[in-house]
Amino acid sequence: MHSSHMIVELLKLLAASLLLISFAMLSRRRTQRLITLFAWQGSVLFISTLLVAYSAGLTELYFSAALTLLLKVIALPWILHRLIQRLGAQWDSEPLVNIPTTMLVGLGLVIFAFGLAQPISRMATTITRNTIGIALAVIFLAFLMMITRRKAITQVIGFLAMENGLFFAATSATYGMPMVIELGIALDLLVGFFILGIFFFQIREQFDSLDLSNMEALKED
Amino acid sequence: MVILVVLGLPLLGALLLALFGARRYAAELNAGMSFATLIAVTFLVLRVLRHGSLLALHEQLFVDSFNVFLVALTAFVGFTTALFSRPYMRIEEQRGRLSPQRLRLYHSMYQLFMGAMFLALLTNNMGLLWVAMEAATLSTVLLVSLYRTRASLEAAWKYFILCGVGIAQALFGTILLYFAAEHVLGRQGMTALLWTHLNAVKGQLEPRVLGLAFVFLLVGYGTKVGLAPLHNWLPDAHAEGPTPVSAVLSGLLLNVALYAVIRCKVLVEGSIGSYLPGRMLMTFGLLSAVLGAFFLWRQRDIKRLFGYSSIEHMGIITFAFGLGGPIASFAALLHMTVHSLTKSSIFFAAGHASQAAHTQQMDGIRGLVSISPTIGWGLMLGSLAILGMPPFGVFASEFLILTTAMREHPWTTPFLLIALGVAFAAIFRKVQPMVFGECDAPPLPHSPALVPVFIHLAIVLMLGVYMPFALAEWYRAAARLIGG
Repeated sequence: MHSSHMIVELLKLLAASLLLISFAMLSRRRTQRLITLFAWQGSVLFISTLLVAYSAGLTELYFSAALTLLLKVIALPWILHRLIQRLGAQWDSEPLVNIPTTMLVGLGLVIFAFGLAQPISRMATTITRNTIGIALAVIFLAFLMMITRRKAITQVIGFLAMENGLFFAATSATYGMPMVIELGIALDLLVGFFILGIFFFQIREQFDSLDLSNMEALKED
Repeated sequence: MVILVVLGLPLLGALLLALFGARRYAAELNAGMSFATLIAVTFLVLRVLRHGSLLALHEQLFVDSFNVFLVALTAFVGFTTALFSRPYMRIEEQRGRLSPQRLRLYHSMYQLFMGAMFLALLTNNMGLLWVAMEAATLSTVLLVSLYRTRASLEAAWKYFILCGVGIAQALFGTILLYFAAEHVLGRQGMTALLWTHLNAVKGQLEPRVLGLAFVFLLVGYGTKVGLAPLHNWLPDAHAEGPTPVSAVLSGLLLNVALYAVIRCKVLVEGSIGSYLPGRMLMTFGLLSAVLGAFFLWRQRDIKRLFGYSSIEHMGIITFAFGLGGPIASFAALLHMTVHSLTKSSIFFAAGHASQAAHTQQMDGIRGLVSISPTIGWGLMLGSLAILGMPPFGVFASEFLILTTAMREHPWTTPFLLIALGVAFAAIFRKVQPMVFGECDAPPLPHSPALVPVFIHLAIVLMLGVYMPFALAEWYRAAARLIGG
C-alpha cells in the first residue's frame, strides 16, 4: 500500500513535469532546444508508462513503454537532430509573437482542459485518473504551439508533442489502447514523420527557407 | 476470405507498382489491379446479398448493409479513375511535368490509398478505423505534392498539418470511446473497440463521456470530410494535386471520412438517447452547404471551383444524416452515391479541359465543345447533374432531403434553398462560357479517356429515373441500420 501510494505521488510529479515541459516548449525559440525538450517529454512519458505498467501489472504496457523509449526518446529526436544539421538549421531561431500573451492563453487552455476532464476523471478506475486533465492540457498546448509558430520544423515538433499528450491520455484513462492499435499509431507516426522529413528538403528547395510565412500563394482572393 | 482478398489486392498492387511503376505499362498495371479489386468486391457484394452481413478475422473485419455499398462504390470509382488516369498522366509526362520516378510514386500511392480506404470501410475496430484514416491521409499527402511546385507543396503541407491535427482530435475521441466501452465490455477479449459489440451495448455506455467523445470525433473526422469551418485544406489539395487524385479525394475519401462520423454517431445517439449528435451534424452540414456555395462565386481555378462544390455537397449529405429517420438517411446515402459518381466525372472532364487549354484558370478555358465535343459535353452534363437538374439522380436525393427538412425542421429550408440557388447560379455562369464560346486551341496529343465520364453520368441519370429494386432495398437496410 505504501509503495503504491508513493507511485501515485510519483506519477503526479511526472505529470506535472510533462505540463511544465509543454509550457517551456511554448516559450523556446531555438529549434535545437525544442528538440531536446521533446526528447525530455518522451523520457518522462517513458518513465510514467513504466511505473503504471509496474503498479497495474500489465505486460502490454511494458511493450508500450519500450516503444515510447525507442521511438520518442531515441529515434525521433536523433533523426530531428540529424535533419536540422543536414538542413543547416540548428542555430535557427524564430521571432515569437508576444510570449506573455501566449502563456496566458496557454494557462486558460489548461483550466479549460481540467474542467473538460473532470467527469472522466471521476469515472476512471486507474491509479492515474487525476492526470487525465494534464494529458488534455498537453494536447491543447501543443496545438497552441502549432498555431503560433511559423517554421516547418517547429510545427512538426508541436505535432509530435500533441501525439505525446494523446499517448499520455490513453495510459492515464485506460492503461493504454489495445496493442494492435498502439502499433498502428506508432507506424502512422513514423511514416508521417518520414514524409515530413522529405518535405523539409523540398520546401527549402522551392522556397529557399523553412519559414512558412513564405507560403501564401494559396490564400483566398 | 474474399474480404481479405479485397484488402490484399491494393496492397499487392502498391508493392508491384513500387517495383515496376516507372515502366511503360505501369498505368495499365494500375488499372488492371483496380479492376481485379473491383472483381473481388463484386464477389463480396454478391455474398453479402445472399448471406447477409459477415464477420472475419476474429471479428476485426465486417461487412454490413451500410459499408458494403460504399465498398462497391469505392472499388468502382477507383477503377474508372485508374482508367482516366492512364491517358491523363501520360499527357502530363509528355509535357514534362512528371518524371517516370514520380509516376512510380504516384501509381504505388494510388493503390496504397485505395487499400487504406478499404481497410477504413471494412474494419470493425474503431481504433483500426483511425489508423486506416491516417494512412489514407499520409498516402494522399504524397499524391497532392506530386508536382513539387511551390503551390503543390504548400497545399500538401496545409493538408498534412490541418488533417493531422484533426485526426489527432479523432484519436482522443477514440480513446474516450474505448474508456467508456472498457467499463462495460472489459479489457479482456479485445472487444471493447469493436463496433458490433459497442452497438449491442450502446445503451449502457456512459452518456457524458460519449457526448464528449463525439465532439472530438466529429471535429476530427469532420476535418477530413471538409466541413466548414475546418475545410481550408480541401480546395487547395483539390486544385494542386493531379486531377485523378482530386477525383478520388472528392469522390471517395470524403465519403469514407463521413462514414466514420456516421458510425460514431450511431453509437453516441444510442448512448445519450437524445438528438444532440444529429443536431450537431445538421449545424455543421448547413454551415458547410451555405459557405461552400457562397465561396463558389469567387473562384477562378476550375478545380478549386469544384472543390468548393464538394464542400457544399458534403454539407448537404451531413445535414441529411443529421436529420435522421428512414427517408433522410436513404436520401443521404443516395446523395453520397450520386455525388461521388458525378463529381469524379466532372473532375475527369475538367482535368482534360485544363490540359487542352494549358491552364486551370477558368478565364483561359474557352470553347471546349469546339476542341473536343466529348470534353465539353462531359463538363456541361456533369455540371448540370451536380446542380441537381432533373432527371439526374442528384435531383432525386436533393428533393427528398429538402422535403424531409421542410416537414421536420422548416427553419432550415431557406438556408438549403439559398445554398442550392447560389451554387446553381455560380457554377452555371462559370461553366457555360468554358464549354461554348470561341476557341482555337490544338487537340490533345492522346485521345482523352472520357468513357468513364459518360458511364458515371449514365448511372447517375439512371438512378434519377429508375432505381433498381435491389439497390433501393439495400439503401433502406442501411438507412435502418444508421438512422432507424
